[in-house]
Amino acid sequence: MAVATKTLANPIQSIVRHSADPSARFWYRFLQNRQAVLGGCVLTLIVLMALAAPLIAPGDPSRIVLGERENPPSLDHLFGTDRLGRDVFGRIVWGARVSLGISLLAVSLGSMIGILLGAVAGYASGMTDALITRAIDVMLALPTFFLLVTIQSLFPPSVMNVIVIIGITSWMAIARIVRGQFLTMKEREFVEAARCLGVRPARIVFRHILPNVSSQIIVFFTLGIADAVLVESALSFLGLGVPPYQASWGNMLNDGQIGILSGTWWVAFFPGLMILLTALSINFLGDGLQESLFK
Amino acid sequence: MSRYILGRLLQAIPLFFLITLIAFGLLHLAPGDPATLLYGTEMTPDQRAQIRAAWGLDEPLPVQYVKWLGNLLRGDMGRSFVDGRPALLVIAERIPATLQLTLSGLLFALVLGLSVGIVAALKPHSALGYASTFFSTFFYSLPNFWLALLLILFFSVWLKVLPSAGIESLRGETGLADRLAHLAMPAFVVSLREMGRLIRFTRASLLDVMSQDYIRTALGKGLTMRVVTLRHALRNALIPVVTLLGLSLPQLLSGAIVVETIFAWPGIGRLVVDSAFQRNYTVLMGEIVMVSLVVIAGNLLADVAYAVIDPRIRYGK
Repeated sequence: MAVATKTLANPIQSIVRHSADPSARFWYRFLQNRQAVLGGCVLTLIVLMALAAPLIAPGDPSRIVLGERENPPSLDHLFGTDRLGRDVFGRIVWGARVSLGISLLAVSLGSMIGILLGAVAGYASGMTDALITRAIDVMLALPTFFLLVTIQSLFPPSVMNVIVIIGITSWMAIARIVRGQFLTMKEREFVEAARCLGVRPARIVFRHILPNVSSQIIVFFTLGIADAVLVESALSFLGLGVPPYQASWGNMLNDGQIGILSGTWWVAFFPGLMILLTALSINFLGDGLQESLFK
Repeated sequence: MSRYILGRLLQAIPLFFLITLIAFGLLHLAPGDPATLLYGTEMTPDQRAQIRAAWGLDEPLPVQYVKWLGNLLRGDMGRSFVDGRPALLVIAERIPATLQLTLSGLLFALVLGLSVGIVAALKPHSALGYASTFFSTFFYSLPNFWLALLLILFFSVWLKVLPSAGIESLRGETGLADRLAHLAMPAFVVSLREMGRLIRFTRASLLDVMSQDYIRTALGKGLTMRVVTLRHALRNALIPVVTLLGLSLPQLLSGAIVVETIFAWPGIGRLVVDSAFQRNYTVLMGEIVMVSLVVIAGNLLADVAYAVIDPRIRYGK
């Protein structure tokens, strides 16, 4: 019996698994990975929540209602209110825009720097490569968070600053990967062919080699966003990130910190839970992508 | 062997100088000059010139850098803007607390991370094997400041069994038990992210080794699974873990910033946050230099350890 069902179920499965179409193989493997699919679903929900903020939580998330300070979670206020009477749920929904937006932009900036430097280093080799590799080493040896705290103390707090400093301190991983890929790719025949045809180096780098590295970049981009969400919220939690008047998950935790000792746990609990859910779902998704793309 | 170590040392020196350049550049490229940052904008041009002369800010930047670097190499990091004490002293007296915190965190992560990782690799289809992949990602994604607050809420506010702040009680009993009680929560929080990395890395490394030919050979010649794992596989699988430990230092120290701030732990992580709010730039610059030095030394140590354990590294180019 078991044998019979196996032979019935397997032909389709094995056709897909060994399909000549790489994207069919990718989707087959990806959908087999339960953690990755779950991560993708949760992440989609969080992103939808951020996009639909005005529908889910209408009104100003920073509206202060002094009569409703530190109310525990109830049907009126799903996640309770903070010490200024602001609705924690509403602030979480709107804060998603700030936290996700910052992370997305910061990682985009970091990836651009990383791709550019990695591609140049890997393709040019020699002195240029040595210099860029050294720069990567220096940045990796620097305890980034010390650097972030120091830079943030020099500039007035703004969302733009947070994006830029996270961006310029998070390009090393991608630069390394891209460099390594370029080192091997530039020896391949299709690159040699392009060179023989007289294609300009810039075009070879960006049009011929880079598309072949894109899957690695996607994986590191995804995983980078999880890190950026954590770094942004840690900075804001310390009071050195997003300006206090803006609702971001890290800021809300900073607000809720005092409440922990007096028992109003909900003010800090829910924003932290969102940070965890976001980082976890992105990491699961990123790991799933990596496994389905490269194995 | 000594040639290898010497080579590594020589590579570390330019690294250090580049880092001092970054630390110096940061302060001087920031908007407004340090005099303004320090004393505000409400100064007469006269006062301003006086301050600039006193701090040597009127000299060209390269000259300032060389002077600062020269002082730095003699162990003079300037004076703290807050209380006028030497910055080096201010930083140095905070180091033991941070070492205590990060090293106990690392030890905890190492013991649990290695054992879970090993079991997960040897028994991939056990409950622990499946759970380990989930938990390593979970630990890695957990915001440490949130975990710290939850632990305080649970153990200090609700159960009242652990102190929520400080390195020891200010009065009453201050023995070993008291110190351990203060250490427990912060060290646990610092360790989790590292533990996540270690579990995943150990598991992957051991799985990789177990599929090698020499393992099959060892099993084929009749050795028991136990002997093969302990004598052949583990020793090789743990080599890359040593490098991971060297790289984990910046992570641990970064984690210490948040954890020390929450638990009022008197270490360099809390100092950097305090200095940032007080705009205490000499101490901030000193800290970046100091912490980078520690990180470079850690990497160097890991490289050397790696070469001691694995002869291929030492003889290969």
